[in-house]
Amino acid sequence: MNKVLLEVRGLRKSFGALLASDDVDLEVLEGETHAIIGPNGAGKTTLISQLAGNLLPDRGRVRFAGEDITALSAPSRARRGFARSFQITSIYPDFTALENVMLAVQAHSGSSFRFWRPAREEARLRSPASAILEEVGLGGRSGVLAANLAHGEQRALEIATALATRPRLLLLDEPVAGMGVEETQRMIALLSSLKGGKTLILVEHDMDAVFSLADRISVLVYGRIIATGTPQEVRANAEVRRAYLGEEIAA
Amino acid sequence: MNSRRRAIVLAAGLVLLAAVPPLAALANQPFYLDLVRRVMIFAIAALSLNLILGYGGMVSFGHAAYLGIGAYAVGVLAHYGINNGYLQWALAIGASALVALAIGAVSIRTSGVYFIMITLAFTQMLYYLGISIEEYGGDDGMRLQVKSQFPGLIDLNDANAFYYLVLAILVLALFLGHRLVNSRFGLVLRAAKSNEARTRSLGFSPYPYRLAAFVIAGAVCGLAGALLVNHTAYLTPEFMNWTRSGELMFMVILGGMASIAGPVLGAFALLLVEDALSGWTQHWQLILGPLLVLSVLFLRRGLAGLFFGKNE
Repeated sequence: MNKVLLEVRGLRKSFGALLASDDVDLEVLEGETHAIIGPNGAGKTTLISQLAGNLLPDRGRVRFAGEDITALSAPSRARRGFARSFQITSIYPDFTALENVMLAVQAHSGSSFRFWRPAREEARLRSPASAILEEVGLGGRSGVLAANLAHGEQRALEIATALATRPRLLLLDEPVAGMGVEETQRMIALLSSLKGGKTLILVEHDMDAVFSLADRISVLVYGRIIATGTPQEVRANAEVRRAYLGEEIAA
Repeated sequence: MNSRRRAIVLAAGLVLLAAVPPLAALANQPFYLDLVRRVMIFAIAALSLNLILGYGGMVSFGHAAYLGIGAYAVGVLAHYGINNGYLQWALAIGASALVALAIGAVSIRTSGVYFIMITLAFTQMLYYLGISIEEYGGDDGMRLQVKSQFPGLIDLNDANAFYYLVLAILVLALFLGHRLVNSRFGLVLRAAKSNEARTRSLGFSPYPYRLAAFVIAGAVCGLAGALLVNHTAYLTPEFMNWTRSGELMFMVILGGMASIAGPVLGAFALLLVEDALSGWTQHWQLILGPLLVLSVLFLRRGLAGLFFGKNE
């Protein structure tokens, strides 16, 4: 069995009387695609925020690659190889597509306290960024301002930005949200091309995406993980069926 | 191309500025030399503010503090008979940088309205400090008896020489600013303004970048203060008044925040219009006010958008 890359133990977070994370245990293995699903209000966003370092848990620990990162800030986690995409497209609209990715490369390639040389002319930023844009299918759009890209292209750019930090773990927060059928298919194809090489955490509502990509699935309901297993196991789980009231998951 | 157009406008502006001293002499109107020199000094100050306001997204409502510190560094040393310009200006830059480091270290931890209020509060403290020190003239200020001395290099009493020195510093500041905002450092600064959450998730903590920009801006503005006190030959706490900070902000916004040269245009527009109106009527502020409101409403990218074309 593969090594555990991300280990979450007894994670708890409450907002007043609302227990948004209720002793969450989670293990993500090196190289797997691990989906986290759950009905609206299950606490997915709260869980992600604690994983990425935007929110401190009340209790519990998060270990990443053997190191306790519970108290680390989001930038520190990012520098250790924990990348993420956002549910609401999060790019630099007034930078070009290439500049967006170059900045991500820059974050992991030497000091950024350099004041003189134009960053745009640095080949060691430019060529990896171009290669990654090519990889996500935006090779022909590198000079376009990110604000002028289509929605699906912006989502792909966001993935490219996260990839450019050469992460050990990529957390994808609803990568196909707001996409049409065709765009969704393209994104699923892109993500499955990443599978195997990368460790992915996929938080998603779209069950087509989840079941075609995930190696394992964890189901979050009312802040608790009620089941973890292969797609077949999860689909057959009675408690999961009850939580979803026989919705799309049964299909 | 826009970059070509920008280069032409900049070159034309430079030639025009360089031609002011001979033209003013020809017309026997030394007043214009004085006016343009003053505008250029404020342009340098506005330029420095734009680094943190336009590129860093930090709305500092206290940038006049560094004008004052630069001016006092020169004036106080001169008061004790130390007229060496290198020493005076080094102190002006160094003291401004240090104060900016202290103010920035505290205020950059906040954002939005709190940042505006804290930077304003610090500057008001310095303003009242200036008023309260009788030794340096209190709220009357004091004359700068001897201008900064640069033996063997330049004599600031020579109006033309002083003018060209200010012009040279302005051009240098423009060039350095251009390099800075396009460097790795500049890109992180702009990225943190554009989308802080994304920037943090890439692995950048914005704080040290913002603080460094804040210190650089303070230091450059301190130099502008040293120029200003030599220009007016008079030192007054009014240099640090909050209305002065507001004027600097206005030059930046009027000129255009997304451009290095924008604040220079803003400084010229604001101060020249102010000068023209005040020569015409004593109620000039009644006219200037609405003009400013209109320009903000209709020039979304500032004067720079008008002169340089759409994009940076």
